[in-house]
Amino acid sequence: MGDVEVPALIDVSLDLRAGELVVLLGASGSGKSTLLNILGGLDVPTSGRVRYLDHELTGASEDELTRFRREHVGFVFQFYNLIPSLTALENVALVTEIAERPLDPAEALALVGLGERSRHFPAQLSGGEQQRVAIARAVAKRPDVLLCDEPTGALDYATGKVVLEVLARVNRDLGTTTALITHNAAIAAMADRVVHMSSGRIVDVARNAVRATPAELSW
Amino acid sequence: MTARTRMLVRDLWHLRGQAVAAALVVACGVAAFVAMRGTYLSLLDARDDYYQALRFADVFAQLKRAPLALVPRLAAIPGVTAVHPRVVREVTLDVPDLSEPAVGRLVSVPERRRPVLNDLVLRSGDWVRREHPDDVIASEAFATANRLALGDRLGAVINGRWRDLTIVGIALSPEYVYEVGGGSIFPDNRRFGVLWMGEEALASAFDMDGAFNDLSVALAAGAVEADVVDRIDRTLERWGGLGAYGRDDQVSHRFISDEIAQNRVTSTFIPAVFLAVAAFLLHNVLSRLVSLQRTEIGLLKAFGYANRVVGRHYLTLAAVVVVGGAALGTATGVYLGSLLTALYRDFYRFPRLAFSAGVPVFASALGISLGAAMLGAWSAVRHAIRLPPAVAMRPEPPARFSAGMLERSGLAAALPSSARMILRGILRRGRRSFLGTLAVASAVAILVMGGFFVDAIRYLMEVQFTVVQRDDVTVRFVETESAAARFALARLPGVERLEPFRAVPARVRFEHRSRRVELTGLPPGAELRRLVDRALDPVTLPATGLVLTRALAERLGVRAGERVRIEVLEGARPRRDLRVAALVDEPVGVGAYMDAAALERMLREQGGLSGAYLAVDAPRVPELHATLKRTPAVGGVASRAAVMRSFREILDRSLSVSTAINVFFACVIAFGVVYNGARIALSERGNELASLRVLGFTRREVAVLLLGEQGVLTVAAIPLGFALGAGLCWWLTRRLATELYRIPLVFTRATFGFACAVVVVAALVSGALVVRRVRRLDLVAVLKTRE
Repeated sequence: MGDVEVPALIDVSLDLRAGELVVLLGASGSGKSTLLNILGGLDVPTSGRVRYLDHELTGASEDELTRFRREHVGFVFQFYNLIPSLTALENVALVTEIAERPLDPAEALALVGLGERSRHFPAQLSGGEQQRVAIARAVAKRPDVLLCDEPTGALDYATGKVVLEVLARVNRDLGTTTALITHNAAIAAMADRVVHMSSGRIVDVARNAVRATPAELSW
Repeated sequence: MTARTRMLVRDLWHLRGQAVAAALVVACGVAAFVAMRGTYLSLLDARDDYYQALRFADVFAQLKRAPLALVPRLAAIPGVTAVHPRVVREVTLDVPDLSEPAVGRLVSVPERRRPVLNDLVLRSGDWVRREHPDDVIASEAFATANRLALGDRLGAVINGRWRDLTIVGIALSPEYVYEVGGGSIFPDNRRFGVLWMGEEALASAFDMDGAFNDLSVALAAGAVEADVVDRIDRTLERWGGLGAYGRDDQVSHRFISDEIAQNRVTSTFIPAVFLAVAAFLLHNVLSRLVSLQRTEIGLLKAFGYANRVVGRHYLTLAAVVVVGGAALGTATGVYLGSLLTALYRDFYRFPRLAFSAGVPVFASALGISLGAAMLGAWSAVRHAIRLPPAVAMRPEPPARFSAGMLERSGLAAALPSSARMILRGILRRGRRSFLGTLAVASAVAILVMGGFFVDAIRYLMEVQFTVVQRDDVTVRFVETESAAARFALARLPGVERLEPFRAVPARVRFEHRSRRVELTGLPPGAELRRLVDRALDPVTLPATGLVLTRALAERLGVRAGERVRIEVLEGARPRRDLRVAALVDEPVGVGAYMDAAALERMLREQGGLSGAYLAVDAPRVPELHATLKRTPAVGGVASRAAVMRSFREILDRSLSVSTAINVFFACVIAFGVVYNGARIALSERGNELASLRVLGFTRREVAVLLLGEQGVLTVAAIPLGFALGAGLCWWLTRRLATELYRIPLVFTRATFGFACAVVVVAALVSGALVVRRVRRLDLVAVLKTRE
């Protein structure tokens, strides 16, 4: 019995526009993570093209992809992935040290409402606080694109909403293009555009006439 | 195969890199143990068997001359079981193809039977024949070094007459396992050799018929050596006795015994270092495995597996690593042991010296290494079995960091984030970090110790042969010559400068302690034979009083300024109380010095000479040697350059092997510790590092974070290893200081540099092996995994 090849994405075509907030919505296995990985330069498609402005990412080398992530992309992970040996402020500074025109780390922490907690280590922070530090870390280098993979997936309802508030604020105040993966349909209301995915295909792209604020969301 | 066995095999496969590293360290420990312990036992057995089979004497004495009629009185001393009187004389030999004159020690043996004590092992040829007074049996070391065969002839000046001696046999003697000439500690088998000659022939050649000048005595079990020595001394006093002594002061025995004692220390110490490191590595590997397999452990327990079964799983894992390492180590140890033993054959002549390590050695090697591993594994395993299943099935809580030393010191703010991560990681696991550093430091220390012995022996030779002894040739007369002999020596070819000396055997007494020494009278302002202090600055010989070597003063417990009693053991045997005017530092031997004129007055002599130190015009040295070979008055000639050359050859040969072994051992430790440390760091922090890669950190930046901790620990280990090594060397020099020689505590930059370089390279190589894995970090998975 031979291995069966299962394509994760089929016929996907998507443009992200500067400053917009896009929610990628789909059940698990729908291909949304693969799409996000390709957008973030973590993975390369077996066929097709990926471009960022005038950068050709198709066939880019490992080093070029690293540089792309370093210069242009901010990531927020489902499980925060903070460095346990660094304080909140230091976790942010870690990224600003390798960025060209970063925010001041303290300013970034203030932006997510954690100015007071800057000297705490991850183990001393709640999940929501950790995720906000992760967001501060992602935005501190002023990325052009912010990619968030289930940012509220590990958080309770109230905390999840606080995190979404922060993401919306960053998008609004800094104008950072934001792509957010979720399987939670309620979150879609805060997006400019909602991309529905299923079985590796984009099945629907909807535009919200009015973006809801995270406070208005409920699930 | 049961499911658990399968789990064991998979765990081992998964951990193969680290298991191999730990097994290699175990292998080194076992190899060192088997090789060193085996060599120790082989040497001990070889010596004891040899001594017993050949009836090696217990007490020795030299004297001027005594009638054989005295022998029954000596034999009647309580505790004495056998007495063997001999005639022993040193002569100048003309060896074919050797430009320098050699010194031959002629030792009498009975023609018609074997000696009662100190028998020979005849390796080839025959015993000396009564009807052929020129028959000699040559020592194997001397014959081999000079390529002498049965039937070859040697020219010798015997009692003023030229004789041709014929080699009829080649033999070994328990008295000359380490064959060195009088006063020397460096073997020079080309220029010094023992020749056994028929007792009638030897006695008549030296007008010693019916007399003896050398005595060997065997003691009954339980006899008190000091009492017998005392009785012998009293009996021989009026016959010119030079003082009896036990085996401990017999040069050959002393050398082998020191070597054996040293072997016992190293055969315990070095393997212990390895096994401690192995225990540490196994502990780390298993602790990590247990924390990775937390959920499985919980699951097994939830299924109803007993703690015992879970514990056994991890202990079996450790045992497999140890048994594998021990098997490899045993094989390597046997090989290394035979190399080491072969090296000893260059220095020590035994009839049979083969490396043999029996089942007891192998069994204890396995037992000790299993014990060490279990000790290391136990606390990790205990942690595993103590976890309640419900707790175990939950993922481990994230690493807890909190403000600590680094923050309080205010240093944190000054450092880049990467340095903070590295330092906090080190501080958080302080014990593990310290032990890792200590382990790498022990690798450095092993190299420092190895290098130290080379440096020390070179330095010792340097001091002895360029600072203390500065003559080209030392000439000793057969008998004390008159002052006029000085003019005869000055006329010899090539002699540019000459400093005569007078040497007498004497006993130095202080309180209840005493020591036999050679008391040497030197001319004022001697240049060719210098007395030096600790800083190697020349010490001026005072016009009156005595100068002692520091080793002698320490043995007697006397300080400069105090008075000692000198008993001359020759001629009129005068006794005087003399003030110790100064102490001097000589690396080799013990001795006492005084101004030649003062010694002359004490002996009531008029310018007697025992010999002279000569500075010789280099091109004319061969001519001088040729003349000295045929000068009847000359009993011994020592050529400084030749001794140095010959010793260096032997040294280089043995050092290259031991250095290779040390380097290999150190590399294995450094490699094992750094590789394991980095692998565990990768396993513990893989997620963290992959996250950083996602955030745009380059592979190089991530590698720095991964290896930074090991790098800092390695760098910290280097000075610690230097200190550890130096301390160890200091301890060894104290322990190994004997009257024969003192190992100076000297280190060269090259030794430290080499130790540092070897460990750094080993660390870099192991780091590079782990860094390759950074490439394989799964960046996609990290987005979805929980720590």
